[in-house]
Amino acid sequence: MNRINYLFNTKKERVLSIYFTAGFPKLEDTLPVMEAIQAGGADIIEIGVPYSDPIADGPTIQDSNLIALENGMSLKKLFEQLVGFRAKIHLPVVLMGYLNPIMQYGMEAFCKKCKEVGIDGLILPDLPMQQYLDEFKELFEEYGLFNIFLISPQTSEKRIREIDQNSNGFIYMVSSHSITGAKTGITEEQIAYFERVEAMNLKNPRLIGFGISDAETFTTASQYSNGAIIGSAFIKKIKDSQNLSQDIQDYLKGVKA
Amino acid sequence: MIRVDEKGFYGKFGGAYIPEMLHPNIEELRENWESIVASPEFQNEFQLLLRDFVGRPTPLYFASRLSEKHGAKIYLKREDLCHTGAHKVNNTVGQIILAKKLGKKRIIAETGAGQHGVATATVCALMGMDCTVYMGELDIQRQRPNVERMKILGAKVVPATSGSKTLKDATNEAMRAWINDPVGTHYIIGSVVGPHPYPEMVARFQSVISEEIKWQMMEKEGRENPDLVIACVGGGSNAAGAFYHFYNTPEVRLVAAEAGGLGVNSGKSAATTALGTPGILHGSKTILMQTEDGQVVEPHSISAGLDYPGIGPVHAHLFDIGRAEFVAVEDEDAMKAGIELSRLEGIIPAIETAHAIHALNMIEYSKNDVIVINLSGRGDKDLDTYIKWGGY
Repeated sequence: MNRINYLFNTKKERVLSIYFTAGFPKLEDTLPVMEAIQAGGADIIEIGVPYSDPIADGPTIQDSNLIALENGMSLKKLFEQLVGFRAKIHLPVVLMGYLNPIMQYGMEAFCKKCKEVGIDGLILPDLPMQQYLDEFKELFEEYGLFNIFLISPQTSEKRIREIDQNSNGFIYMVSSHSITGAKTGITEEQIAYFERVEAMNLKNPRLIGFGISDAETFTTASQYSNGAIIGSAFIKKIKDSQNLSQDIQDYLKGVKA
Repeated sequence: MIRVDEKGFYGKFGGAYIPEMLHPNIEELRENWESIVASPEFQNEFQLLLRDFVGRPTPLYFASRLSEKHGAKIYLKREDLCHTGAHKVNNTVGQIILAKKLGKKRIIAETGAGQHGVATATVCALMGMDCTVYMGELDIQRQRPNVERMKILGAKVVPATSGSKTLKDATNEAMRAWINDPVGTHYIIGSVVGPHPYPEMVARFQSVISEEIKWQMMEKEGRENPDLVIACVGGGSNAAGAFYHFYNTPEVRLVAAEAGGLGVNSGKSAATTALGTPGILHGSKTILMQTEDGQVVEPHSISAGLDYPGIGPVHAHLFDIGRAEFVAVEDEDAMKAGIELSRLEGIIPAIETAHAIHALNMIEYSKNDVIVINLSGRGDKDLDTYIKWGGY
């Protein structure tokens, strides 16, 4: 069974997914950061594949992408780092990245490599549902990779249902009209949207991301979904950290408190 | 037959690779733009504004001294005489009417040389709409007069400070701004780039250029088709407009002048078809300059309007099937061609356009050929660059 399904079969509440950029803050930090996220008690690890032009990301993640690229990170390098990571990491691991670097790597070679190293799912923000269905669905399924779709407050009920039908793993609910890291806190308007989607009784679990940064926002988001995703706030925490492992674990403890 | 298919592809290129957050906006456009544009109300308003506000039709001018020098019959399609100084306004007039019909209140745009920014600020002023233009920090420095023009027209100019701080980054910022504020906002993309339906929509608004060339050719030469049409290509909106009604007329040679920068192999170039490979940029599959790892390469051109690492998907297709000839014109040669046109015809062209003039030296043609060069813009905005270059 895909580790993502296994997770949601056994845990339905307060699922915490942490995003970080591969090769950030230093090139060889990828695995230590993953280990610390696991030790800190998160449930899913989302590894960002750095890209020069991340159009859905705000300044914090843009900056981490740029630093990772300057550090020499690439998809090829990432797969080298990930060889054997399953000896240490049992959490579901999802790769989040933009299409272009993956296309250049070769879509099939990429999927094959994901399976080989032990990746469970993909979040590709610039791959819309139709393009996924037309071009990549079969390939992803062949290699056992879940494709995780985003929905936003603007997504119509009809489309949410279509996305639900074509999703596996979980649905990534973008909490507001925003790029990553742009807004913090949760407004009443957002809660109305969370409630609206909750009432739809979708077949897939939902995680809320964008604007989640601390115990309060994590708890609020978890009240209306199966949990939440933290990205920019986590990147800020580790950017200048002198003791990655400790700082990450302390931060996650605080979020889960 | 060269035309966009229903999924937004020209052959292998095009499509709409966009984050879900933009899906409703893109879908709204895709579903409505053609019927709105085809409606008599739209056409009445559009044609009236093109005539009385933009100043169309623009002349097809026989450049006798340039013709004599190059040994062909050369006509200049005078888009430089459009209001605001370039062809960009054809598209912004069309899109602003469309935005209004869709009930949008706020306009955002990206700009490279500032021509599209000025054209957008202009139509926003005309329609009383709120306007924010994203512009690379480097371009803000080298296109100061256009920045001030936008401000005079009441637009807000926001610097894009990421990456190379040029057009690509301004486009990223505009897309992010759209994601952040999608409701009630229309994004006026200035070139034939971006997710479907933008490339076709922008090309359609610019196609008035080749539409006019056809009847003007008939008046002056007694035939609709020139032997060659030459245009510069950054993203490729003026070229798309000048080529549009000739796409499927194979006897008309289409020549696209890209920015060679300091030389195609210098590492400082924006010659996309010479240096690029297929990939995805700004929502469409196209040809772009990138590393082996799929990171977008920072382009270079002396001309801000051509300083872009991709090209519109329709041009990628024209290149792919060999329908258009692509040449890479270097900075220095473009500048000299700008001076040549100034001295021979009394027209100081935009540096973008000067690339198309130099293309005359890079292709074969015969003395009897009728050549139309799309004179996409005037050089007023580039005086600083001409002065710094100094070779006149």
